[in-house]
Amino acid sequence: MTDVLLKIDGISKEFSTVPVLKHIDLEVMRGEVLGIVGENGAGKSTLMKIVSGIYTPTAGRLVFEGQPVEIREPLDAMQVGISLIPQEFNLVNDLAVYENVFLGRELRLRSGLLDKKRMMERTRTLLEELEVDIKPDERIERLSTAQKQMVEISKAVAMDAKLLIMDEPTTVLTQYEIDILYRLMRRLKSQGVTIIYISHKLKEVKAICDRVMVLRDGEVICLEPTGALSEVEIAQRMVGRELSQVFPPKGEPGEERVLEVRNLTVPGVLEDINLDIKRGEILGLAGLVGAGRTEVAEAIMGVRPHTTGEILLNGKKLDIRSPQDAVESGINYLSEDRQGSGILTGFSVTNNITLVSLRRYCRHFFNLIKSSDEKAAAESHRDRFNIKTQSLDTRLEFLSGGNQQKVSLAKSIDPDPVVLLADEPTRGVDVSAKQEIYRFIKSLSDKGLSCLFISSEQEEIVGMCHRVIVMKEGRIMGSLSGDEINEAEIMFLATGVRESNGSPAPVN
Amino acid sequence: MNSALSGSLRKFEYEKYASLIALVALFAIASILSPYFLQLQNVLNILRQVSYTGIIALGMTFVIISGGIDLSVGSVAAFVGAVCILTLNAILPIVGNEFLAVTLAILAGLAIASLCGALNGILITRGRIAPFIVTLGTMAIFRSLALFIGNAGEVRSNSNLFGNFGMNSVAMVPVPVFVMLILAALLAVTLNQTRYGRYLCAVGSNVRVATFSAINVDRIKFLAYTLTGFVVGVSAILLSSRFNAVSTSNMGMAFELDAIAAVIIGGTPMTGGRGTVWGTIIGAIILGIINNMLNMLGVSPYLQGTVKGLVIIGAVYIQRQRA
Repeated sequence: MTDVLLKIDGISKEFSTVPVLKHIDLEVMRGEVLGIVGENGAGKSTLMKIVSGIYTPTAGRLVFEGQPVEIREPLDAMQVGISLIPQEFNLVNDLAVYENVFLGRELRLRSGLLDKKRMMERTRTLLEELEVDIKPDERIERLSTAQKQMVEISKAVAMDAKLLIMDEPTTVLTQYEIDILYRLMRRLKSQGVTIIYISHKLKEVKAICDRVMVLRDGEVICLEPTGALSEVEIAQRMVGRELSQVFPPKGEPGEERVLEVRNLTVPGVLEDINLDIKRGEILGLAGLVGAGRTEVAEAIMGVRPHTTGEILLNGKKLDIRSPQDAVESGINYLSEDRQGSGILTGFSVTNNITLVSLRRYCRHFFNLIKSSDEKAAAESHRDRFNIKTQSLDTRLEFLSGGNQQKVSLAKSIDPDPVVLLADEPTRGVDVSAKQEIYRFIKSLSDKGLSCLFISSEQEEIVGMCHRVIVMKEGRIMGSLSGDEINEAEIMFLATGVRESNGSPAPVN
Repeated sequence: MNSALSGSLRKFEYEKYASLIALVALFAIASILSPYFLQLQNVLNILRQVSYTGIIALGMTFVIISGGIDLSVGSVAAFVGAVCILTLNAILPIVGNEFLAVTLAILAGLAIASLCGALNGILITRGRIAPFIVTLGTMAIFRSLALFIGNAGEVRSNSNLFGNFGMNSVAMVPVPVFVMLILAALLAVTLNQTRYGRYLCAVGSNVRVATFSAINVDRIKFLAYTLTGFVVGVSAILLSSRFNAVSTSNMGMAFELDAIAAVIIGGTPMTGGRGTVWGTIIGAIILGIINNMLNMLGVSPYLQGTVKGLVIIGAVYIQRQRA
């Protein structure tokens, strides 16, 4: 238990000159389970991707079993005995379970042909150990998300790795499957396997890990035996940062409820979501990745099938079956996935801005577009949002991320919505663009817009919102208002340390 | 940064006019190679020859911009041609007035053609089946229906009037060419200056963005296939009028390939999202000039396919270099 398996020696990583990891030193002991926790963007996944060869570090080196190792690609990591179970699945949908488990290191017969029988048998044994009922020859695409996760785990175990890295393995698992996973982890540990366990869920970290490391903004904040810290202490160390003065002063929301969501449920995704937003109010929707925040917005917009529940706008019940219905009622969505569902990179700035509201710029006759009106509208948005572009006819692919995001925001408010569902409105933009976006949203809310503000950055939730709802695993864990809104409180609810604001936990 | 931007803008302009430049170059080469090429009659002949697939290619342009494909156009043309002439022959003795009968038969043909396109559209949008598969299926279905109602042979019309209008000219311009140009003008405006055209490009660029932008994606796609059905009907009627008959086994054979080739050569990318109507017309004319040139130079007709194939591959290769 005392010898060092992996030594991380002064590892730094920059993405286009933005430092993500700052000189990380860490010694991982043979046979321990080490928990790594931190907020979104703290650098946990980046660090593990470096260890497993997906990224190469900007500076620093890795020492494995006393030998300096160069891990330039995932294959190198596999060869020294490091195996990563990634956050996103890395399975080939069209292949069978056993083919995936042995992908890239297939067993062969002496003739050179694949030894399917032996691979199937080995896979069957692995799956039995995991106590999951999956046939080795089932195709991946027919499996549930949880089953896929179990296949991913057996794939990593099949490599007989010395170091197993698990990046948020339980996000999609039920308690039953989590218990099985814990038993497997304990068995592997007794066999001398070392495990690095990344999680947002502090209860899990407390339950399974020997030591815990807290990362914040790419730096190691603390590294202690798990027993030495309470969940609350861990949460405080994860957050602990001062609010900088980037946020405009909060406005005074009106009294009348504009949007009311009642018992919104999407089976297996969202359960019984209730919320309301007043006129001119900014309601924060916080939670960890995978908590179901984007799904709330998508369900309101009518793109989630099998949605049940009621949505009321100014007291009137709406029947929303598609984004068209939502937009016509006055509800617009700013997508978190800018390139995937927000903007068209091949369209010009003008054509993006007016895409949702195009009806306004058309004559009755044959729906001919009045291009001068369109251009005037785009110009006013460009000035108002300070969009930097060579011309309004420039295609969006030539604009920077921050300017693309401003176009995306202009596009979603050009129809003059009553309610804006802003999902990660500042994702991937620099600090000055962030500040500008905060001011736009604030000025819109001053004019009466009701805004659902979805964000993974607790800092901006605290800085922007009048009230905050915190979600975890598709459910609302509690709501905060006024002075209760701070990062620690949000983290308590998001990680499940505290179930609701009705039962305060002791805070030191 | 600035020079990179203006460089990309120049590239864009080049892309816009590349097919036109190719056409002009080809025109010059052809007139040098053969003194007969520039004669008005020859040029009008080329235009007439390309107009039938050119009209179909206009619809194909819309379908390809939407991110789809329509392989059924040739079969639908044969089917519609046969239905139109059979209808004409059936109602001619009943209606009495030949002009009225021809008009009714043409309207029936256009209606049937639009329905064929609408069927493709329904299967693709409501059925959520890939356009390639749907139209591969309907390609087989409509060819077989055409053969069935025509007893796998030729369907002749009993009206001389029907055989006349397709051969007429409007101010020297043959009727099919005239129709092609009118349709191209209408569809160019539709694509570039109407809401539908903008939505069509959005759907072809990124379906998810289009959906979230409150666009009724299914409706946009459905209309593109229905429109293609309609223009196939126009082409089929003009073509059957030219011979005053329809050969159910031959008519429209390989039209889908010629139409797709015209669209691609014209500069509309196969991946959809943007496109050009006039480019398609230019693409169709380029194909026509190449055929004409090879004929006049006495190149074996069996080799013409090779040249056509090389031009298609070359055009896409150049497009890929530009992108």
